[in-house]
Amino acid sequence: MGKGVAIIAAAQTKYGVRSDVHLPELAFEPVEEILSKTGLKFTEDGTGIDITVSCCDDYWDGRTISGVFGTDVAGGNLRHDERLESDGTLGVYYALIEILAGHADVALVISYCKESHTEPRLVENMCVEPVFLRSIGLDFLSAAALQANRYLTKYGITPEQCAKVVVKNRRNAKLNPYAQVATELTIDDILKSEMLAYPIRVLDSKPVSDGACALIIAEEDKAKKLTKKPIWITGIADCYDLHYLGDRELAECQSLVTAAQKAYKMAGITKPVEEIDIAELCDMFSYQELLWSEGLGFCAPGEGGKLVESGMTEIRGKLPINPSGGMISGNPVTVGGMTRVVEAVLQLRGEAGAHQIDGAKTAVVQGNHGICGQHQCVIILSNEGGE
Amino acid sequence: MPNRVAIVGIGQTHHAGHRYDVSFEELFNEATRAALEDAQLTVKDIDAAIVSNMDPFDGRGCVDTILVGESGAYLKSGVKPQTGGTTGGTSFSVAWTYAASGLFDTVLVVSGEKQEECGGDSQSVIMTAVDELTLRPFYTGALGGLAMRASRYIAETGCPEEIAALERVIMDENALANPYAHLRLGITVEDVLKSPMLIYPVRLLHMSPQSNGSTALVLASEEKAKRITDKPVWIRDVVTVHQSGFIRFLSGLSPDPSSHIVAAKKLYERNGITKPMEEIDLFEMYDPCIWEQIIWMEDFLLLEKGTAPKLIEKGVTRRDGAFPICPSGGVVCTNDIGATALTRVAEAALQTRGDAGEHQVTKEVNLAMASAWGAANWTVLSLLSKAID
Repeated sequence: MGKGVAIIAAAQTKYGVRSDVHLPELAFEPVEEILSKTGLKFTEDGTGIDITVSCCDDYWDGRTISGVFGTDVAGGNLRHDERLESDGTLGVYYALIEILAGHADVALVISYCKESHTEPRLVENMCVEPVFLRSIGLDFLSAAALQANRYLTKYGITPEQCAKVVVKNRRNAKLNPYAQVATELTIDDILKSEMLAYPIRVLDSKPVSDGACALIIAEEDKAKKLTKKPIWITGIADCYDLHYLGDRELAECQSLVTAAQKAYKMAGITKPVEEIDIAELCDMFSYQELLWSEGLGFCAPGEGGKLVESGMTEIRGKLPINPSGGMISGNPVTVGGMTRVVEAVLQLRGEAGAHQIDGAKTAVVQGNHGICGQHQCVIILSNEGGE
Repeated sequence: MPNRVAIVGIGQTHHAGHRYDVSFEELFNEATRAALEDAQLTVKDIDAAIVSNMDPFDGRGCVDTILVGESGAYLKSGVKPQTGGTTGGTSFSVAWTYAASGLFDTVLVVSGEKQEECGGDSQSVIMTAVDELTLRPFYTGALGGLAMRASRYIAETGCPEEIAALERVIMDENALANPYAHLRLGITVEDVLKSPMLIYPVRLLHMSPQSNGSTALVLASEEKAKRITDKPVWIRDVVTVHQSGFIRFLSGLSPDPSSHIVAAKKLYERNGITKPMEEIDLFEMYDPCIWEQIIWMEDFLLLEKGTAPKLIEKGVTRRDGAFPICPSGGVVCTNDIGATALTRVAEAALQTRGDAGEHQVTKEVNLAMASAWGAANWTVLSLLSKAID
């Protein structure tokens, strides 16, 4: 990659419905924590934070140019403050790109979203093509239901296997103080929950959620000075798939496969299951953990159900997936991918508390944006090395 | 040492009051194809696509995901910057950074707007920009802030309305020579002075129109750029300076200097420029209102307050003048928000390449500047150069 880039600090809010805060106040919580933890200031002379990258979305925020009211939180007044409308993983990627381009050495990356102050299904409907798709009521849920149906039918994945993801992740969430919904469930509980859009039930989907994350990313010399435990970004890639669902084979995730292959190649990973210690994925709906596992090469296409049944991805298994509880335990869109990064950083620093995976060295993070995970981003992190 | 990056392809649609002949996707695709054709490349040659607009103005969200098939982003990398009116400039800055990073050699950036598809009422959409708890009752859309600034400038300098009218006519003359511009009216100073008052002192003809259109550029890292074209336009530098939304929206009440001044000083210092009007050959300014062109001329060029009217009277800002401003006609003639700031860069690049046709400035162009404006007085300031160093 040219030079090493590492995450040197990470913070997140507890996820939940936050009627007690205005959106910028929510965004400020992890920023305040990270600034006081690191003692870093916003500077122009290279001694502190050079730029901020923010990920937030106008439609979920209910404001046009919604980044404007994050400027103060982001330390953006009279400074270089960049604003992307994408998943938080892309914010991390862009900060890395800024550093590799030599435009900055130290970046603050933030992401925030308050789903509870709007009607997410209506917002999602605004984010699909309006002439052909909006009027049929397409939103992230109905699109995911179409994908789940295709995926389950093509490969014989069962609703029980999808439900097993929820049992695993909501149980993991009990060990994570930041998680929103932490419950001991049985497969039966999920299969009896109300059907939302076949085959997706209430307990197969993430709850409405509010939250925010912040990270500090630095080039290698500064990273080593700023922390004893830099977490290196050893591989990173993203990829877009097409928008119209009929143009895609929904039982596959071509854009994730492409992004994962590029990221693994950069990180020198040839056998993901052997070489990766933890995976944090964005499971907005239960079937997605299975499908994204296939895209990330943890098993062959169509084998996602068998993977979760094997127990390998349980918290004390060979390759724990979503020890944090995952997105299904409650994260907002836009933030979800960055939450995965924060969780992976905590794990690799040995700071994950009760849900710590001991001896973890390498983590893979997946984030996505758009219907049925159209735009995918994969990040490989390691607590070893630094080029 | 950051990798050097050049603009190797430039494309834009005809920007117009209505583009009922194309869908939203086709509009962006038109600019994308034009830029690729100009670079003599195909979509296969692109490594990343930076796709942007100011989304609520087109009545759609997550527009980069909707446009994948038409923007060249399919199976590629990319991201969607959204910084309001500044968007085209931010997207340019992001694309530049992508190409400078060593991870991507050829980067497409396409920005656009089809305002007619939000019911043509962009000002009610822009009302949502302001904090609902503290500021919304005071806000009157972009126009209110611009009018307050203009009113204050007149009070401080006594600048007569005739100057604004004169400069507006110069912009119209430029637009008449630019086949891609939206408003090409053939107006006189008297037409401008008689134009209906919107919010004092801003008249209808002082303000930018609501346009529909798209602009695209292809950028390439140094070695690639040299292979693609023998007329690369080098990106010397891009500076981004944002500003707090809470204070700035109450225009003129902020104790801070304008982001324009901060950005200009940073750009000049980083690039060894001490006499901008002599060392830079032209300026494609993001001028949403002709009054702002006058006020911001002083900000960006670090001139004493009240100087700009005299320069305008002397013909300095004309295409055949010593320091042409907006030889394309600028934003007062064409404003398809998402595209607008990128169009400033595209026009500055065309001028640097000597390819602006009838609206090419008379003098030789070696160094061109372009600005982007939007949001809470955010600025992206770009410097383009004919020579690599």
